[in-house]
Amino acid sequence: MNGAQDIGGMHGFGPVEPEPNEPVFHADWEKRAFALSLAMTMPGQWNIDMSRFARENRNPAEYLSMSYYQIWLAALVSMLEERTLVAEDEIAAGHSLHATKAVPRILSAADVEQVLYRGGPTERKTSTRAAFKAGDRIRARNVNPATHTRLPRYVRGHVGTIERVIGCHVFPDSNALGAGENPQWLYTVRFDARELWGEAADPSVKVSVDAWEPYLEAI
Amino acid sequence: MPDDHHHHDHDHSELSDTQLRVRALETVLTEKGYVDPAALDLLIETYETKVGPRNGARVVAKAWADPAYRARLIKEATAAIAELGYAGRQGEHIVALENTPKTHNMVVCTLCSCYPWPVLGLPPVWYKSAPYRSRAVSDPRGVLKDFGVSLPAETEIRVWDSTSEIRYLVVPMRPAGTEGWSEEKLAELVTRDSMIGTGLARQP
Repeated sequence: MNGAQDIGGMHGFGPVEPEPNEPVFHADWEKRAFALSLAMTMPGQWNIDMSRFARENRNPAEYLSMSYYQIWLAALVSMLEERTLVAEDEIAAGHSLHATKAVPRILSAADVEQVLYRGGPTERKTSTRAAFKAGDRIRARNVNPATHTRLPRYVRGHVGTIERVIGCHVFPDSNALGAGENPQWLYTVRFDARELWGEAADPSVKVSVDAWEPYLEAI
Repeated sequence: MPDDHHHHDHDHSELSDTQLRVRALETVLTEKGYVDPAALDLLIETYETKVGPRNGARVVAKAWADPAYRARLIKEATAAIAELGYAGRQGEHIVALENTPKTHNMVVCTLCSCYPWPVLGLPPVWYKSAPYRSRAVSDPRGVLKDFGVSLPAETEIRVWDSTSEIRYLVVPMRPAGTEGWSEEKLAELVTRDSMIGTGLARQP
Protein backbone atom coordinates (compact mmCIF):
# COMPACT_ATOMS: atom_id res chain seq x y z
CA MET A 1 0.00 0.00 0.00
CA ASN A 2 1.09 3.56 -0.66
CA GLY A 3 1.11 4.31 3.06
CA ALA A 4 3.23 6.31 5.45
CA GLN A 5 5.61 3.39 5.92
CA ASP A 6 6.93 3.90 2.38
CA ILE A 7 9.03 6.98 3.05
CA GLY A 8 12.24 6.45 1.04
CA GLY A 9 13.14 9.81 -0.54
CA MET A 10 10.76 11.98 1.49
CA HIS A 11 11.94 15.33 2.81
CA GLY A 12 11.31 17.27 5.99
CA PHE A 13 11.99 14.78 8.77
CA GLY A 14 15.17 16.55 9.83
CA PRO A 15 18.56 15.09 10.72
CA VAL A 16 19.21 11.61 12.04
CA GLU A 17 19.75 11.84 15.78
CA PRO A 18 21.76 8.95 17.23
CA GLU A 19 21.36 8.49 20.97
CA PRO A 20 24.64 7.82 22.82
CA ASN A 21 24.57 4.66 24.96
CA GLU A 22 21.05 3.92 23.85
CA PRO A 23 19.21 1.29 25.92
CA VAL A 24 17.59 -1.65 24.11
CA PHE A 25 14.19 -0.48 25.33
CA HIS A 26 13.11 2.97 26.54
CA ALA A 27 10.23 1.94 28.79
CA ASP A 28 8.98 -1.16 30.53
CA TRP A 29 5.87 -1.28 28.32
CA GLU A 30 8.08 -1.41 25.22
CA LYS A 31 9.65 -4.60 26.52
CA ARG A 32 6.28 -6.19 27.15
CA ALA A 33 4.81 -5.02 23.80
CA PHE A 34 7.85 -6.43 22.01
CA ALA A 35 7.70 -9.77 23.83
CA LEU A 36 3.92 -10.08 23.43
CA SER A 37 4.26 -9.46 19.69
CA LEU A 38 6.93 -12.14 19.37
CA ALA A 39 5.16 -14.67 21.58
CA MET A 40 1.85 -14.21 19.78
CA THR A 41 3.36 -15.35 16.48
CA MET A 42 3.60 -18.85 17.97
CA PRO A 43 -0.15 -19.71 17.87
CA GLY A 44 0.14 -19.36 14.07
CA GLN A 45 -2.86 -17.06 13.64
CA TRP A 46 -0.93 -14.76 11.29
CA ASN A 47 2.38 -14.59 9.44
CA ILE A 48 5.12 -11.95 9.32
CA ASP A 49 3.74 -10.30 6.19
CA MET A 50 0.30 -9.96 7.78
CA SER A 51 2.02 -8.36 10.80
CA ARG A 52 3.83 -5.87 8.60
CA PHE A 53 0.59 -4.98 6.84
CA ALA A 54 -1.20 -4.56 10.17
CA ARG A 55 1.51 -2.06 11.18
CA GLU A 56 1.51 -0.02 7.99
CA ASN A 57 -2.25 -0.14 7.32
CA ARG A 58 -3.28 3.02 9.13
CA ASN A 59 -3.91 6.69 8.49
CA PRO A 60 -0.56 8.21 7.43
CA ALA A 61 -0.84 11.08 9.93
CA GLU A 62 -1.47 8.57 12.69
CA TYR A 63 1.39 6.30 11.58
CA LEU A 64 3.87 9.17 11.59
CA SER A 65 2.76 10.40 15.01
CA MET A 66 3.15 7.02 16.73
CA SER A 67 6.33 5.62 18.25
CA TYR A 68 7.70 2.35 16.92
CA TYR A 69 6.36 0.12 19.67
CA GLN A 70 3.05 1.99 19.73
CA ILE A 71 2.68 0.85 16.12
CA TRP A 72 3.59 -2.72 17.11
CA LEU A 73 1.03 -2.64 19.91
CA ALA A 74 -1.73 -1.25 17.69
CA ALA A 75 -1.02 -3.90 15.05
CA LEU A 76 -1.03 -6.70 17.63
CA VAL A 77 -4.35 -5.55 19.05
CA SER A 78 -5.92 -5.20 15.60
CA MET A 79 -4.81 -8.71 14.58
CA LEU A 80 -6.09 -10.20 17.86
CA GLU A 81 -9.43 -8.42 17.49
CA GLU A 82 -9.86 -9.29 13.80
CA ARG A 83 -9.44 -12.97 14.68
CA THR A 84 -11.74 -12.60 17.71
CA LEU A 85 -8.99 -13.83 20.04
CA VAL A 86 -9.39 -10.73 22.20
CA ALA A 87 -12.14 -8.09 22.33
CA GLU A 88 -11.73 -4.40 23.05
CA ASP A 89 -13.93 -4.61 26.18
CA GLU A 90 -11.52 -7.21 27.59
CA ILE A 91 -8.56 -4.86 27.18
CA ALA A 92 -10.64 -2.08 28.78
CA ALA A 93 -11.51 -4.35 31.71
CA GLY A 94 -8.01 -5.80 31.96
CA HIS A 95 -9.46 -9.31 32.15
CA SER A 96 -10.71 -12.08 29.93
CA LEU A 97 -14.52 -11.71 29.68
CA HIS A 98 -15.42 -13.99 26.79
CA ALA A 99 -14.94 -17.62 25.85
CA THR A 100 -11.39 -18.46 24.82
CA LYS A 101 -10.80 -19.59 21.27
CA ALA A 102 -8.49 -22.61 21.09
CA VAL A 103 -5.09 -22.12 19.44
CA PRO A 104 -2.81 -25.00 18.39
CA ARG A 105 0.25 -23.98 20.40
CA ILE A 106 1.77 -21.21 22.46
CA LEU A 107 5.36 -20.17 23.18
CA SER A 108 6.55 -21.73 26.42
CA ALA A 109 9.63 -20.50 28.24
CA ALA A 110 11.30 -23.85 27.60
CA ASP A 111 10.98 -23.35 23.84
CA VAL A 112 12.14 -19.73 23.56
CA GLU A 113 15.78 -20.41 22.80
CA GLN A 114 15.08 -23.05 20.18
CA VAL A 115 12.29 -21.05 18.51
CA LEU A 116 14.50 -17.97 18.21
CA TYR A 117 17.44 -20.03 16.95
CA ARG A 118 15.30 -21.72 14.31
CA GLY A 119 13.70 -18.48 13.08
CA GLY A 120 11.49 -18.55 10.02
CA PRO A 121 13.48 -19.13 6.83
CA THR A 122 11.63 -17.96 3.71
CA GLU A 123 13.64 -19.70 0.97
CA ARG A 124 11.65 -22.40 -0.85
CA LYS A 125 12.50 -25.12 -3.34
CA THR A 126 11.26 -24.53 -6.84
CA SER A 127 11.19 -26.25 -10.19
CA THR A 128 10.85 -22.94 -12.02
CA ARG A 129 13.78 -21.11 -13.57
CA ALA A 130 14.69 -17.55 -12.77
CA ALA A 131 13.65 -15.23 -15.60
CA PHE A 132 16.61 -12.89 -15.04
CA LYS A 133 20.32 -13.27 -14.48
CA ALA A 134 23.01 -11.04 -13.01
CA GLY A 135 23.74 -8.11 -15.31
CA ASP A 136 20.27 -8.01 -16.93
CA ARG A 137 18.68 -4.59 -17.23
CA ILE A 138 15.11 -4.53 -15.95
CA ARG A 139 12.41 -2.04 -15.07
CA ALA A 140 10.63 -2.06 -11.72
CA ARG A 141 6.95 -2.21 -12.57
CA ASN A 142 4.72 0.78 -12.00
CA VAL A 143 2.25 -0.94 -9.69
CA ASN A 144 0.24 0.54 -6.83
CA PRO A 145 -1.49 -2.24 -4.90
CA ALA A 146 -3.63 -1.09 -1.98
CA THR A 147 -2.55 -4.30 -0.22
CA HIS A 148 0.86 -5.25 1.21
CA THR A 149 3.86 -5.01 -1.11
CA ARG A 150 7.61 -4.68 -0.62
CA LEU A 151 8.35 -2.68 -3.78
CA PRO A 152 8.99 0.85 -2.54
CA ARG A 153 7.52 3.72 -4.53
CA TYR A 154 10.88 5.35 -5.15
CA VAL A 155 12.01 2.57 -7.52
CA ARG A 156 8.74 1.98 -9.38
CA GLY A 157 9.04 2.67 -13.08
CA HIS A 158 12.81 2.96 -12.87
CA VAL A 159 15.47 0.98 -14.73
CA GLY A 160 18.01 -1.00 -12.78
CA THR A 161 20.43 -3.90 -13.08
CA ILE A 162 20.11 -7.37 -11.59
CA GLU A 163 23.06 -7.66 -9.25
CA ARG A 164 22.34 -11.05 -7.76
CA VAL A 165 19.83 -13.88 -8.08
CA ILE A 166 19.10 -14.58 -4.42
CA GLY A 167 16.82 -17.61 -4.62
CA CYS A 168 13.15 -18.46 -4.50
CA HIS A 169 11.40 -16.88 -1.50
CA VAL A 170 7.92 -16.56 0.00
CA PHE A 171 6.10 -13.76 -1.84
CA PRO A 172 4.93 -11.20 0.74
CA ASP A 173 2.20 -9.75 -1.48
CA SER A 174 0.41 -13.15 -1.50
CA ASN A 175 1.37 -14.23 2.01
CA ALA A 176 0.00 -11.04 3.57
CA LEU A 177 -3.40 -11.74 2.01
CA GLY A 178 -3.54 -15.31 3.31
CA ALA A 179 -3.32 -16.43 -0.31
CA GLY A 180 -0.41 -18.79 0.34
CA GLU A 181 3.33 -18.46 0.17
CA ASN A 182 3.40 -18.39 -3.65
CA PRO A 183 7.25 -18.45 -3.70
CA GLN A 184 8.90 -16.31 -6.36
CA TRP A 185 12.44 -15.69 -7.54
CA LEU A 186 14.06 -12.88 -5.59
CA TYR A 187 16.78 -10.57 -6.89
CA THR A 188 19.00 -7.78 -5.66
CA VAL A 189 18.36 -4.95 -8.12
CA ARG A 190 20.77 -2.01 -8.22
CA PHE A 191 19.83 1.49 -9.37
CA ASP A 192 21.97 4.55 -10.04
CA ALA A 193 20.96 7.41 -7.76
CA ARG A 194 20.61 9.60 -10.84
CA GLU A 195 18.06 7.19 -12.34
CA LEU A 196 16.02 7.40 -9.12
CA TRP A 197 16.45 11.04 -8.15
CA GLY A 198 17.43 12.87 -11.31
CA GLU A 199 20.54 14.36 -12.86
CA ALA A 200 21.40 16.44 -9.81
CA ALA A 201 21.86 13.31 -7.68
CA ASP A 202 25.28 12.18 -6.49
CA PRO A 203 26.82 10.05 -9.28
CA SER A 204 28.79 8.02 -6.72
CA VAL A 205 25.63 6.64 -5.08
CA LYS A 206 24.02 3.31 -5.98
CA VAL A 207 20.92 1.99 -4.23
CA SER A 208 19.54 -1.54 -4.28
CA VAL A 209 16.31 -3.17 -3.26
CA ASP A 210 15.51 -6.86 -3.07
CA ALA A 211 12.71 -7.44 -5.55
CA TRP A 212 10.61 -10.49 -6.35
CA GLU A 213 10.18 -11.42 -10.00
CA PRO A 214 6.56 -10.19 -10.28
CA TYR A 215 7.85 -6.69 -9.42
CA LEU A 216 10.12 -6.62 -12.48
CA GLU A 217 9.76 -6.46 -16.24
CA ALA A 218 12.33 -7.09 -18.96
CA ILE A 219 13.36 -4.12 -21.09
CA MET B 1 13.33 24.03 21.14
CA PRO B 2 10.65 26.23 22.75
CA ASP B 3 8.03 23.46 22.88
CA ASP B 4 10.39 20.85 24.26
CA HIS B 5 8.92 20.97 27.74
CA HIS B 6 5.36 20.64 26.53
CA HIS B 7 6.39 17.77 24.26
CA HIS B 8 7.84 15.83 27.15
CA ASP B 9 4.73 16.34 29.30
CA HIS B 10 2.63 15.10 26.44
CA ASP B 11 4.83 12.02 26.09
CA HIS B 12 4.47 11.24 29.78
CA SER B 13 0.69 11.06 29.77
CA GLU B 14 0.75 9.08 26.51
CA LEU B 15 3.21 6.64 28.00
CA SER B 16 1.17 5.94 31.08
CA ASP B 17 -1.93 5.27 28.95
CA THR B 18 0.09 2.95 26.78
CA GLN B 19 1.68 1.33 29.82
CA LEU B 20 -1.77 0.55 31.22
CA ARG B 21 -3.01 -0.78 27.91
CA VAL B 22 -0.02 -3.11 27.49
CA ARG B 23 -0.43 -4.37 31.05
CA ALA B 24 -4.15 -5.01 30.46
CA LEU B 25 -3.43 -6.81 27.19
CA GLU B 26 -0.79 -9.00 28.81
CA THR B 27 -3.23 -9.95 31.58
CA VAL B 28 -5.97 -10.83 29.10
CA LEU B 29 -3.62 -12.92 26.96
CA THR B 30 -2.22 -14.67 30.02
CA GLU B 31 -5.69 -15.45 31.43
CA LYS B 32 -6.67 -16.90 28.07
CA GLY B 33 -3.56 -19.06 28.07
CA TYR B 34 -2.15 -17.50 24.88
CA VAL B 35 1.10 -16.34 26.46
CA ASP B 36 3.40 -17.67 29.15
CA PRO B 37 4.73 -14.67 31.14
CA ALA B 38 7.97 -16.57 31.81
CA ALA B 39 8.50 -16.83 28.04
CA LEU B 40 7.99 -13.06 27.75
CA ASP B 41 10.63 -12.45 30.44
CA LEU B 42 13.04 -14.73 28.62
CA LEU B 43 12.47 -13.01 25.26
CA ILE B 44 13.25 -9.64 26.83
CA GLU B 45 16.28 -10.95 28.67
CA THR B 46 17.61 -12.52 25.46
CA TYR B 47 17.59 -9.24 23.55
CA GLU B 48 18.68 -7.10 26.48
CA THR B 49 21.64 -9.23 27.53
CA LYS B 50 22.55 -11.98 25.04
CA VAL B 51 21.88 -10.91 21.47
CA GLY B 52 23.52 -7.63 20.48
CA PRO B 53 26.27 -6.00 18.42
CA ARG B 54 29.04 -7.81 20.34
CA ASN B 55 28.01 -10.88 18.32
CA GLY B 56 28.55 -9.08 15.04
CA ALA B 57 31.82 -7.60 16.28
CA ARG B 58 33.12 -11.13 16.89
CA VAL B 59 32.16 -12.09 13.34
CA VAL B 60 33.90 -9.06 11.84
CA ALA B 61 37.01 -9.46 13.99
CA LYS B 62 37.30 -13.09 12.96
CA ALA B 63 36.94 -12.13 9.31
CA TRP B 64 39.73 -9.56 9.74
CA ALA B 65 42.03 -12.05 11.45
CA ASP B 66 41.29 -15.23 9.52
CA PRO B 67 41.35 -15.07 5.70
CA ALA B 68 39.68 -18.47 5.31
CA TYR B 69 36.81 -17.37 7.56
CA ARG B 70 36.53 -14.08 5.68
CA ALA B 71 36.16 -16.02 2.41
CA ARG B 72 33.39 -18.18 3.92
CA LEU B 73 31.64 -15.11 5.32
CA ILE B 74 31.62 -13.33 1.97
CA LYS B 75 30.47 -16.47 0.15
CA GLU B 76 27.80 -17.76 2.56
CA ALA B 77 27.38 -15.45 5.52
CA THR B 78 24.51 -17.28 7.21
CA ALA B 79 26.56 -20.47 7.54
CA ALA B 80 29.77 -18.65 8.51
CA ILE B 81 27.94 -16.71 11.22
CA ALA B 82 26.32 -19.92 12.51
CA GLU B 83 29.85 -21.29 13.06
CA LEU B 84 30.06 -18.81 15.94
CA GLY B 85 26.66 -19.89 17.25
CA TYR B 86 24.59 -16.97 15.96
CA ALA B 87 21.48 -17.75 13.92
CA GLY B 88 17.74 -17.53 13.77
CA ARG B 89 15.02 -14.96 13.92
CA GLN B 90 15.56 -11.98 11.63
CA GLY B 91 18.84 -13.47 10.50
CA GLU B 92 17.68 -16.51 8.58
CA HIS B 93 19.35 -15.31 5.39
CA ILE B 94 22.34 -13.03 5.98
CA VAL B 95 24.60 -11.43 3.38
CA ALA B 96 27.92 -9.84 4.39
CA LEU B 97 28.97 -6.66 2.58
CA GLU B 98 32.65 -5.82 2.65
CA ASN B 99 33.73 -2.19 2.69
CA THR B 100 36.79 -1.33 0.63
CA PRO B 101 38.59 1.92 -0.22
CA LYS B 102 36.44 1.97 -3.39
CA THR B 103 33.03 1.03 -1.97
CA HIS B 104 31.25 1.95 1.25
CA ASN B 105 28.13 -0.08 2.07
CA MET B 106 25.24 1.26 4.14
CA VAL B 107 22.09 -0.62 5.16
CA VAL B 108 18.55 0.69 5.64
CA CYS B 109 15.00 -0.61 5.69
CA THR B 110 12.88 2.17 4.20
CA LEU B 111 9.62 0.24 4.62
CA CYS B 112 9.93 -0.83 8.26
CA SER B 113 12.90 -1.81 10.42
CA CYS B 114 14.50 -4.98 9.00
CA TYR B 115 17.82 -5.54 10.76
CA PRO B 116 20.07 -8.59 11.36
CA TRP B 117 19.04 -9.44 14.92
CA PRO B 118 21.34 -12.42 15.62
CA VAL B 119 24.45 -10.32 14.96
CA LEU B 120 23.36 -6.79 15.90
CA GLY B 121 20.45 -7.28 18.31
CA LEU B 122 17.39 -5.04 18.08
CA PRO B 123 17.77 -1.87 16.00
CA PRO B 124 18.38 1.51 17.65
CA VAL B 125 15.61 4.12 17.48
CA TRP B 126 17.37 6.19 14.82
CA TYR B 127 17.51 3.18 12.46
CA LYS B 128 13.71 2.84 12.71
CA SER B 129 13.08 6.59 12.50
CA ALA B 130 11.66 8.57 9.60
CA PRO B 131 14.78 10.78 9.18
CA TYR B 132 17.02 7.76 8.54
CA ARG B 133 14.57 5.72 6.50
CA SER B 134 13.65 8.66 4.26
CA ARG B 135 17.14 10.01 3.57
CA ALA B 136 19.42 6.96 3.54
CA VAL B 137 18.39 6.14 -0.04
CA SER B 138 18.36 9.68 -1.45
CA ASP B 139 21.09 11.47 0.51
CA PRO B 140 23.39 8.86 2.09
CA ARG B 141 26.33 11.27 2.28
CA GLY B 142 24.13 13.72 4.18
CA VAL B 143 23.14 10.94 6.58
CA LEU B 144 26.79 9.98 7.05
CA LYS B 145 27.47 13.63 7.91
CA ASP B 146 24.83 13.38 10.66
CA PHE B 147 27.05 10.62 12.07
CA GLY B 148 30.20 12.71 11.63
CA VAL B 149 31.46 10.54 8.79
CA SER B 150 32.87 12.04 5.62
CA LEU B 151 34.14 9.86 2.77
CA PRO B 152 36.12 10.80 -0.35
CA ALA B 153 33.93 11.98 -3.25
CA GLU B 154 35.24 9.15 -5.42
CA THR B 155 34.21 6.42 -2.96
CA GLU B 156 31.08 4.66 -4.23
CA ILE B 157 28.29 4.77 -1.67
CA ARG B 158 26.29 1.58 -1.98
CA VAL B 159 22.96 1.65 -0.12
CA TRP B 160 21.10 -1.61 0.53
CA ASP B 161 17.37 -1.26 1.19
CA SER B 162 16.33 -4.40 3.12
CA THR B 163 13.01 -5.00 1.38
CA SER B 164 13.06 -8.82 1.64
CA GLU B 165 13.99 -11.32 4.36
CA ILE B 166 17.66 -11.00 3.41
CA ARG B 167 19.55 -9.25 6.22
CA TYR B 168 22.75 -7.34 5.56
CA LEU B 169 25.85 -7.09 7.74
CA VAL B 170 28.53 -4.57 6.78
CA VAL B 171 32.13 -5.67 7.30
CA PRO B 172 33.98 -2.38 7.93
CA MET B 173 37.56 -1.85 6.81
CA ARG B 174 40.17 -3.03 9.27
CA PRO B 175 42.04 -0.07 10.73
CA ALA B 176 45.75 0.26 9.95
CA GLY B 177 48.15 -0.44 12.78
CA THR B 178 46.31 -3.52 14.04
CA GLU B 179 48.58 -6.12 12.50
CA GLY B 180 48.94 -9.18 14.67
CA TRP B 181 46.09 -8.21 17.03
CA SER B 182 44.01 -10.98 18.57
CA GLU B 183 40.36 -11.39 17.54
CA GLU B 184 39.30 -10.28 21.02
CA LYS B 185 41.26 -7.06 20.75
CA LEU B 186 40.09 -6.42 17.18
CA ALA B 187 36.45 -6.91 18.21
CA GLU B 188 36.78 -3.87 20.50
CA LEU B 189 37.23 -1.70 17.41
CA VAL B 190 34.05 -2.91 15.73
CA THR B 191 31.12 -0.61 16.54
CA ARG B 192 27.46 -1.30 15.86
CA ASP B 193 27.26 1.66 13.47
CA SER B 194 30.28 0.38 11.51
CA MET B 195 28.31 -2.82 10.84
CA ILE B 196 25.30 -0.82 9.57
CA GLY B 197 27.52 1.42 7.47
CA THR B 198 26.78 4.68 9.27
CA GLY B 199 30.15 4.56 10.98
CA LEU B 200 33.70 3.32 10.57
CA ALA B 201 35.68 0.98 12.79
CA ARG B 202 37.44 2.68 15.72
CA GLN B 203 41.05 3.66 15.19
CA PRO B 204 43.48 1.92 17.55
